[in-house]
Amino acid sequence: MNGQPTHSLMKWRYIKQGVFFGVVRFAALIITLALLGIIVFLLAHGWRAITWDFLTLSPMDSMTKGGIMPAIVGTFYLTVGAIIVALPLGVVSAIYLTEYAKQGLFIRIIRVGVNCLAGVPSVVFGLFGLGFFVVFLKFGSSILAGALTLGFLILPTIIGAAEEALKAVPQTFREASLALGVSKWRTISRIVLPSALPGILTGAILGVGRAAGETAPIMFTAAAFFTSVLPRSVFDEVMALPYHIYVLATAGTHIEQTRPLQYGTALVLIALVLGVDLVAIVLRSMVRRKKRW
Amino acid sequence: MCAVAGSKPAVPAKPKKRTIMESRKRALTSRVREIIIKNLFAFLAFISVLLLGLIVLFLFREGLPIFKQISVSQFLFGSAWYPTYNPPEYGIWPLIVGSVIVTVLSCLIAVPFGLLAAVYISEIAPARIKEILKSIIELLAGLPSVVLGFFGMVILAPWMQETFDLPTGLNIVNASVMLAVMAIPTISSISEDALYAVPREYKEASYALGATKYETIAKVAIPAALSGISTAVILGMARAIGETMVVLMVAGGSAAIPRGLFDSVRPMPASIAAEMGEAPFQSGHYHALFATGIVLFFITLAFNLVADHISNRFKEEGSGTL
Amino acid sequence: MIIQTKNVDFFYGAFRALTDVTLDFKKNRVTALIGPSGCGKSTLLRLLNRMNDLIDGTRVEGEILFEGQNIYAPNADPVEIRQRIGMVFQKPNPFPKSIFNNITYAPKLAGIRDRGEIEALVEESLKRAVLWDEVKDILTKSAMTLSGGQQQRLCIARALAMKPDVILMDEPTSALDPISTAKIEELIDTLKKHYTIIIVTHNMQQAARISEYTGFFYMGKLIEFNVTEKIFTNPDAKQTEDYITGRFG
Repeated sequence: MNGQPTHSLMKWRYIKQGVFFGVVRFAALIITLALLGIIVFLLAHGWRAITWDFLTLSPMDSMTKGGIMPAIVGTFYLTVGAIIVALPLGVVSAIYLTEYAKQGLFIRIIRVGVNCLAGVPSVVFGLFGLGFFVVFLKFGSSILAGALTLGFLILPTIIGAAEEALKAVPQTFREASLALGVSKWRTISRIVLPSALPGILTGAILGVGRAAGETAPIMFTAAAFFTSVLPRSVFDEVMALPYHIYVLATAGTHIEQTRPLQYGTALVLIALVLGVDLVAIVLRSMVRRKKRW
Repeated sequence: MCAVAGSKPAVPAKPKKRTIMESRKRALTSRVREIIIKNLFAFLAFISVLLLGLIVLFLFREGLPIFKQISVSQFLFGSAWYPTYNPPEYGIWPLIVGSVIVTVLSCLIAVPFGLLAAVYISEIAPARIKEILKSIIELLAGLPSVVLGFFGMVILAPWMQETFDLPTGLNIVNASVMLAVMAIPTISSISEDALYAVPREYKEASYALGATKYETIAKVAIPAALSGISTAVILGMARAIGETMVVLMVAGGSAAIPRGLFDSVRPMPASIAAEMGEAPFQSGHYHALFATGIVLFFITLAFNLVADHISNRFKEEGSGTL
Repeated sequence: MIIQTKNVDFFYGAFRALTDVTLDFKKNRVTALIGPSGCGKSTLLRLLNRMNDLIDGTRVEGEILFEGQNIYAPNADPVEIRQRIGMVFQKPNPFPKSIFNNITYAPKLAGIRDRGEIEALVEESLKRAVLWDEVKDILTKSAMTLSGGQQQRLCIARALAMKPDVILMDEPTSALDPISTAKIEELIDTLKKHYTIIIVTHNMQQAARISEYTGFFYMGKLIEFNVTEKIFTNPDAKQTEDYITGRFG
């Protein structure tokens, strides 16, 4: 009993709702188109460049011809190195934060620290890597310095994902094990970690994707403009896909001439990174569907 | 204490006869091991904090020497950045202005899109579309920044230059659009979490009072999620201000204070990335770039601390009076 | 007769939650719905103001008439229906807004803009919910600062502010202490002069104390519906007797 104008008011309220829903759907559509647009565009321009030679040869004729094999190898080494640094440290940190730590100042500091670390710009990580690993520890511009820098860059991502995975393990699992007189560490290593493993793995894969695509952190710490030889030790410089795109697209005298190579390299990088991300997404949804607790 | 090594804890081990001394000894070693593990893990978890300290330390170590040459205010507010001239000038004010402008503009684009996408995902979309859109946004977040920079350079820039008849397509607007693409996933996913966390009871109460879905979203869900949404916006801005490759490749690189949105700029990260390769080791230029890194670091640190503070305060009290 | 359900079936996906429920609710009376957990009493209540619309994968068959109109007819608007049939939930669920803004939420949406009218409405609603004296000086404070019992009365006041004809209550006292419960029961007793009240409760004493009619549900079926006194003293069905005497449930 809201008086007479109810009907026209109701109409107006539904019009507002309709307009709002329209705007919201439009925004979602634009975001989708943005992603598809970028991918389709790179595919359209880049697919011709992707040949067996492109993937397996070194750059030639001052990088105007040839392939990107050293950059693929370099990105592989850097990424694997980064995950070797970040995964154990990240998982252990997450175990401490979820399983051992009690509320208090110490844990608060760690949490704020992890959050702030996650927010440090990638170029600042690059500066840090330069100042600490390259100069102070005298690693020089090398796989080692680059992998460490990238590893610390993705550490917060790994910690976050591992924490989430650990928190998703039901408390009853822990209680059941502890009630059987099993020690805390054994409970964690035998019960909690195996249950959380798929989630941790997803996080690790996402971390790989992130590390493979980063440019700024390796610019001063690992990436070489050009090398024709593959690295023989962790103290060697390497080429890397993201840096190679940047170099071809901005430096040198043949920018227009090497466009096909740029598109091709970008396509390889994007296929690599999005492929890795897609694996993580699919894995996660499979895990969620299978979960029975 | 019968933590027999090698046995599965869920299956009770066969009770073997054991002397009291033996089991006491086992209990003791087990306890010692627990303590060692706990402290070791605490130390390893603390490495993140140490790392943050190390970052500050080494930024200062390599950056502070510049202040033997010029004062802090000359550095921050000096309007000329000519690090390779003789004598060099190290005023980063144009770089700061460049960073602020592209960040603000990119957020003006990214906040509405990110927020609306979050609303769509958490409140409106059917289950299937919701999953797909979430994946799309995650993939968008995964796009390497160098690829976005490349896209802005070879597609957006020529198009803008032609369409608007500009001297260059590498400018503030272009950089802001590409930065927005990077900030949207951050804003959207954190806002979505915040909306998701709004108790179902609030929404039910609103519907039961005869509110439409739009009214429930606008007057109950969004206000209740406001702290999380603010966090999302702040972190999105932090992401944009610290992003390097996009501004390096598409902002144009002019180290002058811009007079219009189609002018080119040289934000701080771009300056660091572009010049570090050429700056002679431990020269004034080298130190000045590290000092720029200090400024950048503390700006993003401040953003992150504010975001952390907001999300914590509201976690404790609930969202109070709105 | 204000609400009638006619052969109502209700499904959550493939699960049948209600079977052939036919029931008349009388105007300005208190009707209690009782039965063991999962018997469908809350489901029926939420059907009466179409709150089950919000759950995906549900389906209604049969008719529910409100003042003779089928509220599940294609042209029926759930929003308008909910404006006339208010609801109070199991757990007090005030909005995280001020006390004042909690009350004004619905009237403002319904287009009332006049400040004086709104203030009068807030006072009237809070007085009817017997909360006015406790909160009149703290109207701008957050509703979250009130006690559980006060919050529930605020939720009742909030429902009254949109001037409904019917108030649905879904176990409104189950999250409250005995003193707050007594206050709510007293309140229901005064409200029934002006409103039709339908209350779901698992507390049989409560049903006996406050209601005039009682329906007993079991396994998604309405087993017995009658005057409360009859149900509690001389029920027709054996199952009803077993339940009220505590043999199961």
